[in-house]
Amino acid sequence: MDTHIKIKDLSVRYGERTVLDNINLEFPRGQITVIMGPSGCGKTTLLKGINRFLELVDGAHVSGQVMIDGQDIYAPGVDVTEIRKNVGLLAQRPYPLPMSIYDNVAYGMRIHQMYRNGSEMDARVTHYLEEAGLWEEVKDRLHKPATDLSLGQQQRLCLARGLAVSPAVLLGDEPTSALDPISAQHIEQRLIALKQEYTIVLVTHILRQAKRLADYVIFMYLGEMVECGPAQQVFEHPQKERTRAYLSGQF
Amino acid sequence: MKKRWARRHIVEAIFKVLMLVSFAVVAGSLTLILWTIVSKGLPAMSWAMLTQTPTGGYYLGKTGGILNAILGSLYMAGGGTLLAFIFGLPIALYLETYLGNLAWSRYVRLALDVLWGIPSIVYGAFGFLFMLAIGMRASLLGGIIALTLLELPIMTRAMDEVIRMMPQDLTQAALALGSTRLEVALRVVTRQMLPGLVTAVLLALGRGIGDAASVLFTAGYTDRLPTSLLRPAASLPLAVYFQLSMPYPEVQKRAYAAALILTLIVLAVSLGSRWLAGRLNKHVIR
Repeated sequence: MDTHIKIKDLSVRYGERTVLDNINLEFPRGQITVIMGPSGCGKTTLLKGINRFLELVDGAHVSGQVMIDGQDIYAPGVDVTEIRKNVGLLAQRPYPLPMSIYDNVAYGMRIHQMYRNGSEMDARVTHYLEEAGLWEEVKDRLHKPATDLSLGQQQRLCLARGLAVSPAVLLGDEPTSALDPISAQHIEQRLIALKQEYTIVLVTHILRQAKRLADYVIFMYLGEMVECGPAQQVFEHPQKERTRAYLSGQF
Repeated sequence: MKKRWARRHIVEAIFKVLMLVSFAVVAGSLTLILWTIVSKGLPAMSWAMLTQTPTGGYYLGKTGGILNAILGSLYMAGGGTLLAFIFGLPIALYLETYLGNLAWSRYVRLALDVLWGIPSIVYGAFGFLFMLAIGMRASLLGGIIALTLLELPIMTRAMDEVIRMMPQDLTQAALALGSTRLEVALRVVTRQMLPGLVTAVLLALGRGIGDAASVLFTAGYTDRLPTSLLRPAASLPLAVYFQLSMPYPEVQKRAYAAALILTLIVLAVSLGSRWLAGRLNKHVIR
């Protein structure tokens, strides 16, 4: 397995409460890894560990290592903005930035000073809107407020915005849970299309979605990693009792 | 069962009446104030009031206008608001962006709240003592500085309350793209909160332009137009004060006209910024 992200002895406490207990995991490159488990099992916390969002939580204490391409993102001296540029995030609810559709996509490229020239920027914005499957719907109103878009379109805009800073990893925290079924399907299709270029890590509590998307599966329960492996293996021949119980819908 | 049902509805009816009475008291007072200003000030209003300086001194001036006070007030409140904004916005952004919930942010907020509550005459006296110490005389600049001090805590605290309403998810969306906290503050927070920030500036401007006590010692008063930062400047609240304290009805009427002009300026600024905030609103994420 070509490992892209490696988690070593990761433990996370919020105050006194242990949310993740000594997690060891490897995420394959260029595949969709789905983290599943009942609510409160630490899925989202695990995800937040990969783009250093845990430090935004008051009272969170992190120990262990998260290596992306062999580099520990928690090592001292690491530039957190570079980590987050390299690890995109698609949140539960789309939150476009308070600016136009164009500026939403251009924002990240501007702050990271990726393209100086205007026509090059135009080309990149077009490209990423196409990659997110939104271009056809917005090409005539690029300078309209992003809030004019529907929720599903906003989520695809957030995808384009995240891709625009050219990350290597894409995290999704139940990115379709606020969307209608058609919009959710759009997002799923985009994720499948993007997995050649990006390592995708997805949190979901929808078992059917996990089965549709996953190449690799991680099953979490009460802050522990119970089982992980290629999707087919975990879904069809789960090794652990709790995984079997979850897959059969017992909790 | 039936009795309790009735009682709940009686309580509701009583509270509805109380609310309506409160509203009537407030609306009635406002109407009376406006009516007094308009009915007493309008007869004394003339083109000359707006375009000339007084003739015969500010205690006895029965002719001419109060252009000196209009310009003086606009310069002082404008300058004070601008300076308060320049210092206040960074403080407000820093409080939320970098201090968050640390103890320091509580101390700063407490300090600002205390400053907010200090009577404006104290700012005037403080400014005056300070000016004496550095050998400065009552001047337009002194008035601007006094109003800056008066407006700074009001504007900063109002902006702070606005910025605290920033949706956490939106901040995180910007951070997730690799923004620094400064970039989030300047590029995202200020845009999202622009209508509220405009309101905060306006609140401070309204307080500044209407304040008499803080500019009494620091800016002084003069019949001349304000042309230099280092010379005394007139202001509308003091024009009202001086003219109203004269025993001559002709002069008193001019005080109401000055009050009317001040009210209209505040109204124009309010409506203008309301309109502006509405236009700036279109990108705001709800």
